[in-house]
Amino acid sequence: MSANNSDAHTVSDRLAKNAMRNVSERMIEALLLAAAAVSVLTTVGIVYVLVSESIHFFQQVSIVDFLTDTQWTPLFDDAHFGIMVLVSGTVVSSFVALAVAIPMGTIIAIYLSEFANSKVREIAKPILELLGGIPTIVFGYFALLVVTPVLQLILPELPGFSLLSAGLVMGIMIVPYIASLSEDAMRAVPMSLREGAYAMGSTRLYTALHVVVPAAFSGLAASYILAISRAVGETMILAVAAGMQPNLTWNPTEPAATITSYIVQVALGDLPHGSIGYLTIFAAGLTLLLITLVFNILGQWLRAKFRENY
Amino acid sequence: MQIHDNPALKAEARNLNFYYGEAKALKNINMPIYDKKVTALIGPSGCGKSTYLRSFNRMHDLYPGNRYEGEIRFFPDNTNLLSPEVDPIEVRMRVGMVFQKPNPFPKSIYENVAYGLRVRGENNKRVLDDKVEHALKGGAIWDEVKDRLQDLASNLSGGQQQRLCIARALATDPELLLFDEPTSALDPIATAAIEELVHELKKRVTILIVTHNMQQAARVSDYTAYMFLGEMIEFGKTDEIFIKPQDKRTEDYITGRMG
Repeated sequence: MSANNSDAHTVSDRLAKNAMRNVSERMIEALLLAAAAVSVLTTVGIVYVLVSESIHFFQQVSIVDFLTDTQWTPLFDDAHFGIMVLVSGTVVSSFVALAVAIPMGTIIAIYLSEFANSKVREIAKPILELLGGIPTIVFGYFALLVVTPVLQLILPELPGFSLLSAGLVMGIMIVPYIASLSEDAMRAVPMSLREGAYAMGSTRLYTALHVVVPAAFSGLAASYILAISRAVGETMILAVAAGMQPNLTWNPTEPAATITSYIVQVALGDLPHGSIGYLTIFAAGLTLLLITLVFNILGQWLRAKFRENY
Repeated sequence: MQIHDNPALKAEARNLNFYYGEAKALKNINMPIYDKKVTALIGPSGCGKSTYLRSFNRMHDLYPGNRYEGEIRFFPDNTNLLSPEVDPIEVRMRVGMVFQKPNPFPKSIYENVAYGLRVRGENNKRVLDDKVEHALKGGAIWDEVKDRLQDLASNLSGGQQQRLCIARALATDPELLLFDEPTSALDPIATAAIEELVHELKKRVTILIVTHNMQQAARVSDYTAYMFLGEMIEFGKTDEIFIKPQDKRTEDYITGRMG
């Protein structure tokens, strides 16, 4: 920078006049860098804590046991640390949620983007996005006190806590994310592509399904991936409505703990710092982080692979 | 204009008016489109030539607030394309269109061409293979793509994409093919290829082409219409329009004094 100042007047006097400009530019730059660094450092810090505490955990429990044991009883005298028990709850509840949210969100997005007139869209979209702003604890009690009793009318065997009811409500919670992001992606498809489809004699539905959806696929995939990450990371609905007992099951009508609800349960208790029960939080957290990381990488890859060039 | 000199009619605009909301974009247009001929629409920007072209396949129906008055008669069955009773989808089944910017669908080369056939319910693989090949040959692009029909259409060059779009429109055997400035996004070599193709295609299909380029109109068309401010100023054989235009405004435009 100072080297530039010495010969700047030969290029343009105006650029050299205000020496303070360089200083203030640099300060701004430093400020912006600091702002960016906060989020990066937070991530690094979280990963560091999870990994370092998990190392202590894995010094006491072998990774093979962690991955293959079929019981999760870290607080019992006969302690078992089979993470698959919690993973199964997370997978089943997420699966139920996505089975609701992906079709519903996509259909809503297609409707809003391709069928609804602008008046309907202007009213419907903010309301839909409002749904995404409801605190998840409210959804949790909705699942426990409304959805579960209704489901029990259809499935009398259903227990008071179940992955099914929590998953369904979690799906409803995720719908606005998918619908909103997918609608943005579909609206970004240029009109010329739609005109081309209509000019070939296609109907609205055919155009939407065969031209607009494929064209917006990377955006749709990104919204699905985000939805998966949200489902896997969702805590309160499951803590309230799915029951918290660890249960290795693939049956959604059973109660089970998920990785997140287990962490809540243990973190709220008063386990001594450094005990094996306390360390399980970090091992479970690291597992959760790895799962979401896999999906984020998958999402990035999908985006890159199906990037549109219109 | 002597009737007996002229070839058969494919379509005819009769007292056609068009409104974008309150704005009148086409003013009382009367014009014949002759069968198996190329008709060029020329005129300065905003003169309504694209608006006119897009009336033939009811493209304006896609947007709210647009309104037609008058008729576009389509022969031999004498259907009024603009009649509210006529389904725009039926119209588009008979009238194909190629756009200003190549707009291949995000699908393979093969599926782009098969698109219109699939819309019409054709799913027989052998029929599709046959018609796709025939259409790609018609679009003068078969030799370039025959070994990579499953590649994405977006990997083709701009000129190839445009010829693919022509093949896509041809696959369903339209009776009338609309070209909306098909070469304005292309380089001179790709443009020459498209022009040659248009010349070749008129054996099979009636063509209506909007162009900004007067040399192009002179090169490819049999008939030319000059439009200005939503009005049809002059229509006639291309040779006559370019050599001795009857209207002062046409002459000004063609000779470059205006436009």
